[in-house]
Amino acid sequence: MSTVDEPVEPDELSEEAARKAELAVPAELVAGSATEYLRSSIARIKAGEAGVLPVVAGLIVVSILFQSLNSHFLTAQNLVNLLIQAAVFALLGMGEVFVLLLGEIDLSIGYVAGMGGVIMADAAGPAHGWPWYVAIGLALLGCAGIGLVQGLIITQIGLPSFVVTLAGLLFWEGVLLKILGNGGTIPINDTVINDIASNNLSNTWSWVVMLVIVGAFAVLAWRRDDKRRKAGLVAPPPTITLLKIALALACGVGLVLLCTVNRGLLEPISGVPWVVLLVLAVLAVWSFLLGRTQIGRYIYAIGGSAEAARRAGIHVQGIRTLAFTLTGLTAGIAGIVYASRLRSISTTVDGGTLVLYAVAAAVIGGTSLMGGRGKALHGVLGGIVIAAIYNGMGLMGYGAAAQFMVTALVLLAAVTIDATSHRGRSAGT
Amino acid sequence: MASGSGVSAETNGTPLLRLRGISKAFGPVQALTDVDVDIRAGEVTALVGDNGAGKSVLVKTIAGIHSADRGEIQWEGRPVRIRSPRGAAALGIETVYQDLALCNNLDIVENMFLGRERTRGFVLDEEQMEEAAQETLSSLAVTTVRSIRQPVASLSGGQRQSVAIAKSVLWNAKLVIMDEPTAALGVAQTRMVLDLVRRLADMGHAALIISHNMNDVFEVADRMAVLYLGRMVAVRPAAEMDRQIAVDLMTTGASSRQSPAARKGEGG
Repeated sequence: MSTVDEPVEPDELSEEAARKAELAVPAELVAGSATEYLRSSIARIKAGEAGVLPVVAGLIVVSILFQSLNSHFLTAQNLVNLLIQAAVFALLGMGEVFVLLLGEIDLSIGYVAGMGGVIMADAAGPAHGWPWYVAIGLALLGCAGIGLVQGLIITQIGLPSFVVTLAGLLFWEGVLLKILGNGGTIPINDTVINDIASNNLSNTWSWVVMLVIVGAFAVLAWRRDDKRRKAGLVAPPPTITLLKIALALACGVGLVLLCTVNRGLLEPISGVPWVVLLVLAVLAVWSFLLGRTQIGRYIYAIGGSAEAARRAGIHVQGIRTLAFTLTGLTAGIAGIVYASRLRSISTTVDGGTLVLYAVAAAVIGGTSLMGGRGKALHGVLGGIVIAAIYNGMGLMGYGAAAQFMVTALVLLAAVTIDATSHRGRSAGT
Repeated sequence: MASGSGVSAETNGTPLLRLRGISKAFGPVQALTDVDVDIRAGEVTALVGDNGAGKSVLVKTIAGIHSADRGEIQWEGRPVRIRSPRGAAALGIETVYQDLALCNNLDIVENMFLGRERTRGFVLDEEQMEEAAQETLSSLAVTTVRSIRQPVASLSGGQRQSVAIAKSVLWNAKLVIMDEPTAALGVAQTRMVLDLVRRLADMGHAALIISHNMNDVFEVADRMAVLYLGRMVAVRPAAEMDRQIAVDLMTTGASSRQSPAARKGEGG
C-alpha cells in the first residue's frame, strides 16, 4: 500500500456500469486477479450465465436427498456402480450434443445404439466368430453409416431431422426385431468385449493412470495459459489456472479413492472400471473436436446462424451430415458398452427410453435445445444425474413407473432453465 | 467529419473500381441502365436513391451476386468479370450486409475468422487469430469492446457493425460495401460507426455505403452517386451537393438548383 496519495473517491456510477457490462463476458476474459475473477463469476451466475453449475448443484441435491432416504446411496460400492450405469447415458448424451448444437435432434439414437450392440454381438458370436476388434470396428462403422444415411436424407432432401430420426427410431427397432427374432437374444462370450463394462484396472494401475492423466492435463493447461499470458492475450490469472489443476487432481484422487475400495461380496473387486476410462477418452476426443478444430467451430457457427455460416463459405450441409454421422458413431460406442454390460443383446433394448435419457442428459447438463450452445462435458454430467436418479429410485424400491416420471420432471426443469436463460440473453441484446 | 479530400481526388490516378455502361434487366424490368461510376481508394462514396432506384442491384452486381447484362467492370484499371461473391472477395471486395452475418454464440475473434480460420495441423491457432484480430480492431480504433473474447450476442448494435466492418478489413478488403450501416442505431452508435467508416477511407480503403439517412451521408461521404430509376443521374463530390439538391435528384432525376460551391463563388 502506498502512503503517498490520498485514496481517490471511487466513481460509483461508472463502477456500476462496468459491473453491468461485465455480466455478459466470461469471467476469465476480464479478470486481472483471482478475487476479481471470483467476483465476476458470481455476478455472472446471478445474471443467469451459470455454465455447468446448475447440474453440479442438482447432483448435490439429488445425492443429499437419496442419502437421507437410503444410507446405502453414498457408499463407495454404490457410487462406482452408479458411474458404470451412467456410462451408457453419458455416451448417448454426448452423441446427442452434436445434433443439439445444430439446433437439430436425433430420436433414433437409442435403437442405433441397439444396432451397434447387435452388429458386435453377431460378428463376435458363433455365427461368425470374428475377433473382438473386428466386431467392435464393424459395429462402429455400421452405426456411423446409419448416422450418415439419416444425415444425408435430412440435408439432401431437406427434411426435418425430427421426422427423419423418428422414422429411424421405428425402422431400426424393426431391423433389430428382424435380426434377433421375436424374443431372441445373442449372448456374448468374448472376454475382451465383456470386460469393457465389467473389468477394472488394478489398484496400482488406477493410481498410475490417474496421475498420468492429471499430470498431462496440468502441463497442457499451464503451458497454454502461460503462453497466452506472456503474449498479452486474454487469459485467466495464474491462481485460477493452478486452482483448475488442483480441482482436477482432487477429482482424480477422489475417484481413485472411491474405486479402490473393495466392492465385491464374494471375492474382492476394486479399481477404476475400464468403462469410466472409456467415457473419459470419448469425452476428451469429442471436446477436442468441438473446441479446438475447424469442424467443431463450424458446428457451433451453424447452430448460431446457419446463414452466417453459409456466407462465410462453410459447407453447411456437409458439416450437418457429419454431425449426424458423429452422433451415430457415439451411439455405437454406447451400444457396445450396453451389450457388454448385459453380456448379450436382446429385444429388451428400450431405444425409446434411451433416446429420451440421451436428450435429457445433454439438456440437463446444460446444452441448449435452440442450438449453438453446449459441450460434450454436458452429456457426461447430465448422464451422471440421470444415473443417480435411476440408481437412487432403484435403491428405494421404486419401479420403472416412478423413475420415468421423475426423469421426465427433471428433463422439464432443465428445458425450462434453458428456455428462460435463452430469453434473458436475447432480451439483453 | 467528411474531409475535403474528395475534391482533390477528382482527377488523380486510376479509380479502384470503374463501372461503364452497366445494364441489368430482370425479365421486363430494367433495373439498371447504362450506369457509369468510379469508386476511388481513400474515399467514402455514398450511393443514394429512392426505393427501387436500383441501389441494391448495383451493389449486388459489384459483390458478384448478380452479373450485369451489358457493360464493363474495371478493377484497378483491368477489365474483370465478377462471377460470384467468392470471386469478389478474391479481388478484395467485401460486403457488409444489413443483417451483418455474425454468429451470436461465437466471440469476436471466432466471428472475424469464421470460414477462414488459421490452423496448425488440425488444431485452431487461437493465439495467432486473436493477435491478428486485436491488431485489426486497434488499427480501426474499435476500442469500446471490453474483450475480444466476448460473444457477439453481448455487443451493442454499433459494436456488431464495427466487428462486421473490421472483419472485412482483416480480410484485406480494398473496397468495403456497407448496406445501411447506421440503420436501427442510436445517436452515439451511429457516431461510432460513421467514425469507423471515415477511418476506413483514411486508411486507404475504398468505402461504398448505401444509406437513406441524408444526415449520415453528408457527414461521412466524400462523393455521392445518385441513382434514379436505374440511371446514374449524378456522381459528384459531396461538397458540390446539399440536401435539397440530393432530394431533387433522388425524386426527379434532375435539379435546377445551384451547388453550394457555385453559390459561394458568386459571393451570394
